[in-house]
Amino acid sequence: MKFKSRILSAEEIRRALTRIAHEVVEKNKGTDRLCFVGIHTRGITLAQRLRELVRQFEGVEVPMGILDITLYRDDLSEIAVQPKVRETRIPFDIGGRSVVLVDDVLFTGRTARAALDALIDLGRPSRIYLAVLVDRGHRELPIRADFVGKNLPTAKSEVVKVKVREVDGEEAVELWELE
Amino acid sequence: MGTGVMETHTHSAEQPKHLLDFQGWNRAHIESLFETAKMMQEVLSRPVKKVPALTGFTVATVFFEPSTRTRLSFELAARRMSADVLSFSGATSSMSKGESYKDTLLTLDAMGIDAYVIRVDAAGVPHQAARWLGKPIINAGDGWRAHPTQALLDAFSLLERLGSLEGRKIAIVGDILHSRVARSNAELLPMLGAEVWLCGPATLLPGELPRVRLTTDLREALHDADAVMALRLQKERMDRGLLPSEPEYIAGYQITHERLGWAKPEAPLLHPGPMNRDLELEGTLAESPRSLVERQVANGQAVRMAVLYHLLVGRKG
Repeated sequence: MKFKSRILSAEEIRRALTRIAHEVVEKNKGTDRLCFVGIHTRGITLAQRLRELVRQFEGVEVPMGILDITLYRDDLSEIAVQPKVRETRIPFDIGGRSVVLVDDVLFTGRTARAALDALIDLGRPSRIYLAVLVDRGHRELPIRADFVGKNLPTAKSEVVKVKVREVDGEEAVELWELE
Repeated sequence: MGTGVMETHTHSAEQPKHLLDFQGWNRAHIESLFETAKMMQEVLSRPVKKVPALTGFTVATVFFEPSTRTRLSFELAARRMSADVLSFSGATSSMSKGESYKDTLLTLDAMGIDAYVIRVDAAGVPHQAARWLGKPIINAGDGWRAHPTQALLDAFSLLERLGSLEGRKIAIVGDILHSRVARSNAELLPMLGAEVWLCGPATLLPGELPRVRLTTDLREALHDADAVMALRLQKERMDRGLLPSEPEYIAGYQITHERLGWAKPEAPLLHPGPMNRDLELEGTLAESPRSLVERQVANGQAVRMAVLYHLLVGRKG
């Protein structure tokens, strides 16, 4: 893979998440019944940060869960490698809540579709929002995000890498080219 | 990397295609299977205990020897993963043995089966099935030879309670000679670092087994043990003179409150079920806080879901 360009710096990521946190609270008309659910791996980090930002602005700790969508993938009967099943932990009832699903990149929409099915198996939220740091286009399903850090038109041959300090030791969004 | 496509954290070690016994399985395979089983426990804790992972797969449970609990556990595990289940049971008495196992399995195979769970009184049939069918085979017990998912759920339950099996002394007591549960545990537990002691009357002990200690002395087996497993005693063996009388067995080998005192203070007690009350175990021991019997049954579900996932998913291409 070949590096092409840096899309967002650490500072720009911070600003994008700050804006999303404000938008979430505005759209939800406060923090009542609000919760975040982060999708493995970097969606979890981003959800933690959004939750912390909401705590700073509103003085409220909203609940947070983590979600693994592996068992809900639509390609398990045809793939040649076995994905690891990772932890799902949502230590509260999502019934009647506004759930903000958080992922790093929105691409085909298949992860979001799987996450919606997984969430609905866990309860009946009153509303599910989708928040992503980058929307790179190329949807294969009728899915859209409610909160977007950066809309980034890409070619299918390109790869969007989101790097966060907690997982990758550095902070950036980068565009790479498959060779 | 957040590439925006589904992330694939794959298993590092190449996994065996079948679960016939633990030949070809190593500690890394077992540990990764147990990681998945923990995730399955979470699924089983939900109000809706079902995930779509094995949609489109068909699992056949083929029981040439009757069994209710193991079969139900496998079938429920498959259904909770959304697999279709085809259930075959046939008494071997009505079949001309050998060829007819093959005929039966090939007939089922023509119906489009993706994996087989096989229980049979003749040792080795699951291995043959692996050659005949070319599909993943899970041995649900073949004769005295192996019952690997029972050993897996035993080990998983022990790990849950003890944290690690490294250097732990595990005593298995009863009819060792005729026990596939004992043999599979004798294969698996040392792989996870445990020191396994097999104990029973001399007529019910095998001559030798690799990597385990054999003894007729219950006190020696239980002394300082980190866990104790009692096996089911098959009463029909008593009639054939292999076993001492019931009172003699009880006098020498029944696990009692008092004898459990020879083991470590918190040592858990396991039993694969079904239990002969007041024979292998004294009175209410199975319901005592030290008993893992209920955990074993519950964990059996999670472990079998994990086995199905590991043997079925990602095997194309």
